[in-house]
Order: sequence, then structure tokens, then C-alpha cells
Amino acid sequence: MTTTVTPAARPATGHTPGSRPRRAVRLSRAVLGRQPIGLLFGAPYALFVAVLFAYPLGLAVWMSFRRYYFTAPGVEVARPFVGLDNYRAVLTDPAVRRSFVNIGLFLVINVPLTVVLALLLATALNAAIPFRSFFRVSYYVPYVTASVAMVGVWLSLFGSGGLVNRLLGSLAPDPSWLINAHWAMPSIALFVTWKQLGFFILLYLAALQNVHKELYEAAEMDGANRWQSFRAVTVPGVRPATTLVTILAIITGANLFTEPYLLTGGGGPNGASASPVLIMYQRGIEQNHPDVASAIGVILVLGVLVVAAVQRLVERD
Amino acid sequence: MSNAADTPSFVSSSRTRRRAVVAGTVCLVLGTAACGGSGSAGADATAQSHGAISIWYSNNAQEVTWGKQVVAAWNAAHPTEKVSAQEIPSGKSSEEVIGAAITAGTEPCLIYNTSPASVPTFQQQGGLVPLDTFSDGAAYIEARAGTADSQFVSPDGNYYQMPWKSNPVMIFYNKKVFKSAGISTTAPPLGSYAEFLATAKKIVSSGAAKYAIYPAPSSEFYQSWYDFYPLYAAESDGKQLVVDGKSTFDSDAGRAVAAFWSQLYAENLAGKESYNGDSFADGTAAMAIVGPWAISTYEGKVDWGVVPVPTSAGGGGDTVPTFSDAKNIGMYVSCKNTGTAWDFLKYSTSVAQDGKLLELTGQMPMRKGIETQYAAYFTAHKDYVTFAAEAAHVVEVPNVPNSIEVWQAFRDAWSSSVVFGKTDPATSLTGAATKIDQLVAQ
Repeated sequence: MTTTVTPAARPATGHTPGSRPRRAVRLSRAVLGRQPIGLLFGAPYALFVAVLFAYPLGLAVWMSFRRYYFTAPGVEVARPFVGLDNYRAVLTDPAVRRSFVNIGLFLVINVPLTVVLALLLATALNAAIPFRSFFRVSYYVPYVTASVAMVGVWLSLFGSGGLVNRLLGSLAPDPSWLINAHWAMPSIALFVTWKQLGFFILLYLAALQNVHKELYEAAEMDGANRWQSFRAVTVPGVRPATTLVTILAIITGANLFTEPYLLTGGGGPNGASASPVLIMYQRGIEQNHPDVASAIGVILVLGVLVVAAVQRLVERD
Repeated sequence: MSNAADTPSFVSSSRTRRRAVVAGTVCLVLGTAACGGSGSAGADATAQSHGAISIWYSNNAQEVTWGKQVVAAWNAAHPTEKVSAQEIPSGKSSEEVIGAAITAGTEPCLIYNTSPASVPTFQQQGGLVPLDTFSDGAAYIEARAGTADSQFVSPDGNYYQMPWKSNPVMIFYNKKVFKSAGISTTAPPLGSYAEFLATAKKIVSSGAAKYAIYPAPSSEFYQSWYDFYPLYAAESDGKQLVVDGKSTFDSDAGRAVAAFWSQLYAENLAGKESYNGDSFADGTAAMAIVGPWAISTYEGKVDWGVVPVPTSAGGGGDTVPTFSDAKNIGMYVSCKNTGTAWDFLKYSTSVAQDGKLLELTGQMPMRKGIETQYAAYFTAHKDYVTFAAEAAHVVEVPNVPNSIEVWQAFRDAWSSSVVFGKTDPATSLTGAATKIDQLVAQ
């Protein structure tokens, strides 16, 4: 028996039954995604970023265009718009300009050294070497130890009568490392590289787990030695990690503060190791000129963004 | 940049909470301590309400002991006006913590470690209660502090700080080191610059100590209080860094002090590197330039003697002026019960409590005639007599706008010329004087 089913007449509006709910679903998917619960999981971190990073950054930009100083709650003072005055004051201040040159020098030494050493050591620690766990922990210990404690060790090592100078004998620089205008910043760069290395090694170790062993076997069958295998397999295999390490090293390096504050006695000698963040601290916190400090901060953020963008462009090419 | 025209007014407004949140966020961005609470409106000292209050004091063991006993004594006698006390929260410096707390509105009623150099900044923030708004405020301060009070009057003519204690900066010397260098331990030749330099050379060349003296060579704004300023006070017969809105150190006295320290650094008689520890207590340096607060840290480590800071001519004795290294008491605007705060301030600076302070900390109350007032103490502690004599001749930091910036400008010039020898000291002093005059005039 054949049954004929007559379709129901279309409503006058021309919509098929159920099209409204489908559209609502499509709309909710477009806005909330396929798994709306993901938003719930992501919300705490989004809130964290918004409250602790985005809002303060916006506030800092606002302050940098105003005459602003900290006041007690309830104290009314004018916050007049001053245009680019704070930026002009910052860019014409020799101490600030020098601090940017210093941080540039720091990054030129610190970032390549970090990338190269972290990759080499991670590769070594990824191989089956004796005492591997011991070495992995050893490289990580400086990273988790307070900078203040580490600075004490380096003051003893790199002081004029320290171990390094005793080993170098007549080759030791005079004045010594940390009070030498030429060596103070490279010394800090070396210190920070050493201190942060454990973290970056960890990133590379994780990346190395994703490089297929078959690639090394294929390279070996093609007659590649260890160095060639490293260049042809390892380096391209961990490229995303290298991007991450480079950007993180640039960002943390640009925020340099503790080391010039403690290791070289407040950016000494004579400002040779002062960093922009140290100058921000002096101007903003010690001298109650957060407007000027904000202008330095905004310039620093823009500088880091430019350097990171250039790095990405170079890598793409 | 701020200027003196921006006199804050104490106005409670509907925007208070929002501003407190903004202030707290700014503190967070700039990494300061003691932020995080919501704010409160400015206190009105004339209201003088009574009730519970909180105070902060310094974190060194001696002052903590003093603080605890004064609070316990007060609380026993005033059960309805309890005082709760704590050490100043840790931060890079007390001043930074207090500044952040003012911004966030979380500061206590009284802070027993207010640096006079930071008072202009706290005042600009609208964070301090003028103490002379209390009916007996000015009279009490002037009666207790004597002549010392004049150095603490703010440019607007008000008292924003109660003079409390001084630590006259003097030269400590290590008797053991001096003895091994063949120098008298009872009357060491340290009065004039020539004598001091000769003694310093003898110490280093004999190998008795690596350095003759080791003031911190670092660039923090306050370090000049422990190398240049005590000697400048002595050499200039008690001049402050800035007088009547003009710097005073671009002078024969300033240049003489700079030349003296330049020679010490140039001949490696003073250390130029940051030192990890206490160079004097460790025996690395034979002398230290510091106040009596440090004595407790030398106990059991150094057999010390003390002499006044040198002058070019020498022979000043213990009446030669020096830097006070004072810490005062400030009342802060978050305080609700200012009446109790004022009463407690007077209680804690009474003759009896000043005596306790002297006894427990060895620091000099900034009061008239402490040698006679506390004669029994000085009879029992002969080492402290010289500090008491000096306490009557101390010079304070100038109470001027942009005070911290002024000291930083001076320090930068000092580091560049005197410590590291990159520029001519006299030229640097002239440059610093010009810059400081501009800062003070803002």
C-alpha cells in the first residue's frame, strides 16, 4: 500500500517550520562557538588578562597624556591633558635615552645567547646521557631561586677580588666587571641568560618530544653526522618553540629591573646599566611622576611589539 | 609633571571609590607594595574623633620592642581606644610602601618611620594631616622638639611631621684594624681631611683592611646622606642642601667635600662596588659613616670607636654639625580617629617614652637637652655621650618640593664625578646645582 504524504502548506511568512530555532542555533554557534562551555573555562583567564593587563595598560596610556601624580583617595587634583609633553620630556632626557640603548645592548647579547644555549643544552639533555635528571634539575635551579640570592653569588664571583678575576689574573678588566661602563651591561646579560636558561631549556625539551625519531633515522641513513642531523632535523623541528623562546626572552629582557637595581647598585656605573624599567621605578614610584613613567612604559611596549613583529617577519621569510 | 600649583584639597566625593580602585590598579601596574584596599576620605584633624587606631613602626628588633611596649602600656590605660600596631610592610623601601599605601587609602593613622625627605611627596599626595590643626599641635611640637622643629616646617608653614629621633652620622672605626695598622685607637688622627687621608692610606697600605671606608657607592637617591651630606654639613657649618629655594653646595665647602671623597675613590681607599653585606662588620673596611642605630649590629663583631666627621681644617670636636638621619612621626589622612591618634602621638613622645626609646634603641630623641634629661642613661652608656652632643648640631634634609628628585639629581652627579671619576667634580656640582634650583622652583 502506498501512502501519499501531503506536505503541509508553507506559512505565509515563507519560513520553514523550525527555521527560527535553527537560525538561533547558528547565531549562538557564531557567537559562542561549537562548545559554549569552553567560554566558561576560558573566562577566568580572560578576566585575569582584562583586569591585570588590559585595563592597567589602557590606564597607563591615558596617564601618559596627562599631568598625573598619585594622591590619596578623596583628594581632588586636576589631571590636565598635556598632549605629548610627557613623551617629549622622556625622549629628551639623556638618562632615559641611555637606558633604551642599554636595553638594546642587553637584548642583542641575551636573546641570541638564550636561544642558542637553551637549544643546545636541551638537545644534550634530551639524549641518553649519564646523570640526565641531575643536569635537568641543575639548570632549572637558578630559575626558581630568588634573584636577590643569585645576585649575592654573582657579586662574589664578579667582584674585583672575586673568583672570576682571580682566574683571569692580569686579563681581568679594570675597573672590574660590574663597575666597568663597558662590561656592566654584558655582565647583566650573562647573568640573566644563566638565570633564565632552565625555563627555556624546559620549553625546548617539550618541543623536542614532538620531533619524530624517524626523521633522525632517515638522516642517519642518508649519512648525516650529528651536527648535520641537528641542523637539518632538530632546528626546523623546534622552530615554533624558537619563536616562543625568542619572544619571551625579548619581553622578559625588556622588563629588566632587579639585576641593575641590585647587581650594579641602581644602574651603575654612572647609568651604564640602567634599564627603562629601573628609570620608570625612579620616576614613577620614588619621585611620584607616574605620568612620565607611563610614557616610558608605553614607548617600551611599542618597542617590544616592533622587535617582536620584526622577528616574526624575519622568521616567515 | 606636577608642580606646586596643584595643591590638593581634602574633598570627599562620589568618585572616591572609583579613584581608589584606579589608584590600586596603578600600584599594581607599577609593582608597589601595600596596595589593595579600598580607600577612605581624607581625615579632618579638627573633628578629633576617638576610637581604635592602627600604627606602623620600623622592623628592626629594637624599635619593634619599643613599639610593642608603648602600645601595650597605652592599651592597658585606654581600653576604649585600642591601638593595633605592626611593622611597616616589606618593600624596596619604607617610603615606597607608605606612598603606595597613601594612594590606596590603606595607610594607618600614625607611622613611626616617616622620612623627612619624603614628607613633601606625601604632602603633595594629600596623605598627611597637618599636625598644627590640632589646637595644641604647634605648641606641643615646638615645646618637645625645641630648635629642631624649624627644619621640619613645610613650605606652606604647617607641621606635617612630629620630630622624633635622630641618628647623628659619625665616623665609626675598628680599633683592632687601627691597632694592627699602627694607628692610635684612643685618639685616631681623623679630624682633618689631610689626617683622614693619611690614616686611610696607612690602613690600606698596611693590609689591615682592604678599604679604609666603604659607604654604599650605588645610585639610590638617599646614599648621599651617608657620604657627602654629613661632611658638607660639617664643612659648611650647618648648611642644608637647599636654603631659601637655592642650592648651597656649589661652593667652596661643597667642592672641598667632593675633592676629599674623589681622592678616597681615586686611590682605592674607598670601595666602588656594591658590597654584599656590612663591610665594616665584616672587617673589609676599617671605618663606617653611620649613626648610632648601627651599634647593635656591631655587637660581638667589632670593637669600635667613634669620632665626628672630618672637616678640611679639622678640630671641630663633637659640636661639628652632621646629618641627622632623622625619622619622624606622620599622621595620615585615612585615619578616622584623629583625636586618639593625636593623644597617642603625644603619649608616645612623652619624656618617659622618649627615655624608653633611647634605652631600647640607642637612638637620640629629638628633644632639648637630652644629655641632662636622660643623664642616668648617658652615665651608664658612655659610648653614646658623643652622639648626644652631636644631636644638638644636626642638619636635616631640606623640606622642599620634588625633594626625592633633588637628591637623585645630586646623586647622579656625584656618582658620575666623585665615585667613578668620569667628569670633573666641580663642574658636576655646578650642573647639579642648576638642575636642583629648577626642580625646587617648580
